[in-house]
Amino acid sequence: MEREPEISIRIFSDPHLLATVRGAIEGLAKCVGFHDKSRAMLTLAIDEALTNVIRHGYGDQTHGMIWVHMWRSADPRGLRIIIEDLGKATDPSKIKGRELDDVRPGGLGVHIIKETMNEAAWEPRPSGGMRLTLAKWLNAEELATSYPSPSNPEQSNS
Amino acid sequence: MNTPLVIKSTTVNGSTVLAPQSDIDMSRAPTMRDAIKSALEAKPSKLVIDLSVVNYVDSSGIATLVEALKWTREEKVGLTLAGLNPRVKTLMEITKLSAMFTTRATVEEACKV
Repeated sequence: MEREPEISIRIFSDPHLLATVRGAIEGLAKCVGFHDKSRAMLTLAIDEALTNVIRHGYGDQTHGMIWVHMWRSADPRGLRIIIEDLGKATDPSKIKGRELDDVRPGGLGVHIIKETMNEAAWEPRPSGGMRLTLAKWLNAEELATSYPSPSNPEQSNS
Repeated sequence: MNTPLVIKSTTVNGSTVLAPQSDIDMSRAPTMRDAIKSALEAKPSKLVIDLSVVNYVDSSGIATLVEALKWTREEKVGLTLAGLNPRVKTLMEITKLSAMFTTRATVEEACKV
């Protein structure tokens, strides 16, 4: 990712702060042109990713660091998000959602992320913790009803 | 910073109605869970969860509803979700849980089920 993100947020791993991040994502997603249902699912997916960091990366400790970086992308049009932490690293091959036929509480977050996002890739950070790279593109209907923003650096440079 | 979850509890036609007054996410789901457990200790004939002012539920909230479903089945208490907004409905669909729950548009309709 070459240019600076449109929005960068650093939060502690405190569940009470998640609503603040949801507000930022919702606002940027609206700016990009996502319709209400897509915005709802995008916000939920990021929220689930942060919840997983708090729960599994930091074991529900509230003082861990989490960074959320968000970029508008021009081609394809949509959003790219990177979430980084310094928590416990996990083997990416072991990050799986549970089978939905198994009706029980928990384990839905990874399923929601994979179902919602066009791209979702977990990797350990070389200096510790995990990095999750996410992307969601506008669908055909959203592309037809939105316009590229002239303030988007990626678009104005192309 | 999230405010604590306030849950109104009322009785309508013999049904216990729990109405959370804000979004249900990871920080608030435990409060919802405790309220459901407390309501079931009173052995109601029916439990209605009124989600009409809830704009956002994450997977922690959904997990709490799944637990409520499990507990009400064990206790043989009817469970109905009322007033789901489109965003919450979408979440129920994507997690393939919509078919598991009885839902109604309003509390009044839910209390008739």
